[in-house]
Amino acid sequence: MSTVTETRPMTRREWLLSDRPQSRTQARLGRAYMTWQRFSANKLAVLGLLILLALVFVAAFANVLAPHSPYIGDLANARLLPPGTEGYLLGTDDLGRDILSRLIHGSRLTLAVVLLVAIIAAPVGLIVGAIAGYAGGWVDAVLMRITDIFLAFPKLVLALAFVAALGPGIENAVIAIAITSWPPYARIARAETLTVRNSDYIAAVQLMGASPTRIVFRHVMPMCMSSLIVRVTLDMAGIILTAAGLGFLGLGAQPPLPEWGAMIASGRRFILDQWWVATMPGIAILIVSLGFNLLGDGLRDALDPRESGQ
Amino acid sequence: MGGRRRARPAKIMGAVLRFLVIVVTTYLGLLAVTFFIGRVIPIDPVLAVLGDRAPTHVVERTREAMGLNLPLYQQFFIYVRQALTGDFGISVLTTNPVMTDIRRVFPATMELATLGTLIGAIFGVPLGVLAAVKRGSIADQIVRVIGLVGYSVPIFWLALLSLLVFYARLKWVAYPGRIDIVFEYTFTPITGFYLFDALWQRQWDVLWDVFRHIILPASLLGYFSLAYISRMTRSFMLNELQQEYIVAARAKGLSETRIIWGHALRNAAVPLVTVIALSYAGLLEGSVLTETVFAWPGLGLYITNSLQNADMNAVLGGTIVIGSVFIGINLLSDLLYRTLDPRTRQR
Repeated sequence: MSTVTETRPMTRREWLLSDRPQSRTQARLGRAYMTWQRFSANKLAVLGLLILLALVFVAAFANVLAPHSPYIGDLANARLLPPGTEGYLLGTDDLGRDILSRLIHGSRLTLAVVLLVAIIAAPVGLIVGAIAGYAGGWVDAVLMRITDIFLAFPKLVLALAFVAALGPGIENAVIAIAITSWPPYARIARAETLTVRNSDYIAAVQLMGASPTRIVFRHVMPMCMSSLIVRVTLDMAGIILTAAGLGFLGLGAQPPLPEWGAMIASGRRFILDQWWVATMPGIAILIVSLGFNLLGDGLRDALDPRESGQ
Repeated sequence: MGGRRRARPAKIMGAVLRFLVIVVTTYLGLLAVTFFIGRVIPIDPVLAVLGDRAPTHVVERTREAMGLNLPLYQQFFIYVRQALTGDFGISVLTTNPVMTDIRRVFPATMELATLGTLIGAIFGVPLGVLAAVKRGSIADQIVRVIGLVGYSVPIFWLALLSLLVFYARLKWVAYPGRIDIVFEYTFTPITGFYLFDALWQRQWDVLWDVFRHIILPASLLGYFSLAYISRMTRSFMLNELQQEYIVAARAKGLSETRIIWGHALRNAAVPLVTVIALSYAGLLEGSVLTETVFAWPGLGLYITNSLQNADMNAVLGGTIVIGSVFIGINLLSDLLYRTLDPRTRQR
């Protein structure tokens, strides 16, 4: 009788991949494991993840890692030293500040900008899209028209205009970028909502008497998350570049903050003779946004097999 | 052009009407946003004009003259009417009407973006085709990396470095700007597109000089559109190469060249046109940062200069113009896609 219920203890892998999960946690862990399998098969995506983990690490321990102060330089002895000088691995800028230390502290600003934009823009897009998709009718028409209008705008130019009116500063740069980056999220959330709104489990929840608010927030939005995460990750590189562009134009973070874009701007004057002042921050931006792009591509392939045809 | 394809007039009317609604609401949206930025965000536009020491009666009079005592919706109405006639106010910096300034600088941006898109398409399409045909090969990987770097690199930084290398060290290209100062007074542009003007007037020395100025910024912009175009071409081509007609063409014994360039690319061409149009719109925007680095006297430089001098009329005027062209290209490419691709017509 007990041919089916074999009592050999399962390996961890079998437990994760079980067809009949005994609990919700097991099912979730199993799915996460499978996603991780797909993800980690992609070498470039893992590289992207490592870059971003390194970024988080550097930002978290900036105080310990930075060999010098990011703000106070040695004006007397250390102005515009080339890379490789004793004690200054990446050289110094015109105020005698260690470029490596400034880059390390600047990672905090980059991370902060990216996270803040994501925290502001993603929920806005998610709510707008889920409501539009679930409500349908004129609500959908109006919300999507507004979304399309914002989608049709040139993002950088609009962000420029916003910052011009709000005044330069890193907070305003974040607000301006967030205002221009929510529409794609709304479109994605709406598309996902449309695919689930007529499914059986939604009908079941409706029969149980759940309010539309509850359905949208508890049962529709979670289904939009994976596509949204992919898109947000892919957008992060663009957000970093826009923030750096604003910083370069003097509209983002203000001196003496070690924002990478602003550092390039200040190195611009010496580009012909002291090339490293402007070059080093650019390499940092390139590496980090490359990391986000690689991670985003990998996540898309792992989480969203439908779209990974390319 | 069979009769089956001709849709009923009512259906066409409906489509035209829907398109008009989209055009009108999108432009109204753009104007609403710039109106909001210009009139609502600054605490007091009068203060911005007069400063905080003006006597009360002057402030009142100015407020009335600027129409700021009217209800907000009436102000918006006036704003839309002015914007439609191309009246964006006076630039504080140049004391010209903003529209006059924009008309002067716009061809420079157009010339740069056009050449950039051309470069991007000429190199991007073959690279994308190559990557799709040799999927998974070294060539595919290289094209992928070129594209990824293009997506990830800050354009103004790459511009600075390219100036350092190609102008300062190698001396291959001319210094930042549009034309050598020697020709500034001897050369009279007609259309504002210097390459075309020089060619038209057969001033070969001018043409060479203009070329040496434009090639670096145009190549940079071209690289950015190449990143996008090659990636999309690859994806379209992969899609086409899986279709059954490709198998049929192979079975008929057509040469691989003919199948790829004659059949697959031809079918991928319609979405590609859209992609190229969109990347053109993107370059108009991307020119803001590039022009700043290359001192290119176009709309982007005009906007950033105005920004630095808090010249809001000029900033918003420039924003509206770039936004309008951007939206226009977006809508046009959408329309183009629908008319060019027969598959979207049946239904």
